[in-house]
Amino acid sequence: MSQSSEVLLPRFARAERWVHRTLGILVGVLLVTGAFMFFPDLGSLIGNRQIVTTVHEVAGWLIPVPLLLALGSRAFRADAGRLNRFRPSDWDWLRSRDRRSGRIRVGKFNAGQKLNASWTLGALIVMFGTGMVMFWSSLFPDSLRTGATFVHDWMALAMAVIVLGHIWMAYNDSTARAGMRTGSVPESWAEREHAEWADEVRSR
Amino acid sequence: MTADPEAPARGTPVGRRVVLGVVGLGVVGVATGRVLSQGVSDVVASTAPGLASVIPAAGGFRIYTVTDGYPEIAPADYRLAVSGLVERPLTLSLADLAELPQTQMTKDFQCVTGWRVDDVPWSGVLLRDVLDAAGVEPDAGALRLTSFDGAYTESLTVEQAMRDDMLVATTMYGAPIEVKHGAPVRLVAAPMYGYKSIKWMDGIELTREVVPGYWEVRGYDIDAWVGQSNGRSDEPVV
Repeated sequence: MSQSSEVLLPRFARAERWVHRTLGILVGVLLVTGAFMFFPDLGSLIGNRQIVTTVHEVAGWLIPVPLLLALGSRAFRADAGRLNRFRPSDWDWLRSRDRRSGRIRVGKFNAGQKLNASWTLGALIVMFGTGMVMFWSSLFPDSLRTGATFVHDWMALAMAVIVLGHIWMAYNDSTARAGMRTGSVPESWAEREHAEWADEVRSR
Repeated sequence: MTADPEAPARGTPVGRRVVLGVVGLGVVGVATGRVLSQGVSDVVASTAPGLASVIPAAGGFRIYTVTDGYPEIAPADYRLAVSGLVERPLTLSLADLAELPQTQMTKDFQCVTGWRVDDVPWSGVLLRDVLDAAGVEPDAGALRLTSFDGAYTESLTVEQAMRDDMLVATTMYGAPIEVKHGAPVRLVAAPMYGYKSIKWMDGIELTREVVPGYWEVRGYDIDAWVGQSNGRSDEPVV
């Protein structure tokens, strides 16, 4: 974004940026408060388990809100559709060693972004469901409570790894970050990272 | 907006399959989690026992406190007060406790939230021996236990306290109890859920009636036998 003269292509609608930011904050709060409840030596630093638990529960309950509100956005629904669909080139992209070279022309989302989005949605659903079993634990038999705790714990660790990976990728691409912050990206970046999508936007 | 630009080759709904796959994995995990988590604990215990202390889901203790951080006290300053309906009120230092008969026991530790740590070795003084040293008066019916965290309390009946698996513990895994596990002295009420095993214990008061403890006024059972209380059916601890 340093060259102000560069042509900008619109990438994310306001509703999408808002959902991303809200979900990001909520997932961040959940991972941090969850870590304090989960790791004994972290929990010892702050104690206050009841407050930490309450914050975790409130953030958990709020997770569906931005997702459901976003369904009212046409741009969000359209991008959700793109994230859902894999084409043969997506498999090629995943298999290729030079996936960053631009040889395989990528649409609005590359296959990694598609997988990340799908995994995240599935994981959020599982975390929400198992969280509810733990919240209303008296309604469920022991075996399900133990099972829900088991799944919630290990999936949280998996989510943490993937969220850190997501943040690492974003940390290394300030233009992509600016795209999510401002909603648009320079044409040159789009041509490099999402060539097919760049053509598509310009032909509108 | 025109038709979906990727429409000519819309492709396969891999995203939906991933979502359903993850959800399905979660459901299977919940249904089989009890067996799976036991299996994970066993594997970790036999291959990388250190992991369990870092990742509780791998079979370790989860640490709960009800106050800010952990309370700490210098071992030399520690005192255990035995008071109330006793013939000889006591104030026991760690050295005093060390002079009482020492008992070792290895017991599973079962939490009311579901996790269990197998075969934890403890040592210390049987609660019964502490009570005998103070002399329980005939009209005493219960113990009110306090913690120097300033908030946590617990209760036992005198009958329960006289069992031979109720330990005033000073070591765990062969070493002085760590701060997070209740240093320097905690109760181990082995046949009951973990919340009965008060950490950082500094007071045993003999009372006529049971005074419900911290979690008991918040809905947990007073008689917290593993597998026979709190709506749970865990295997008895051994």
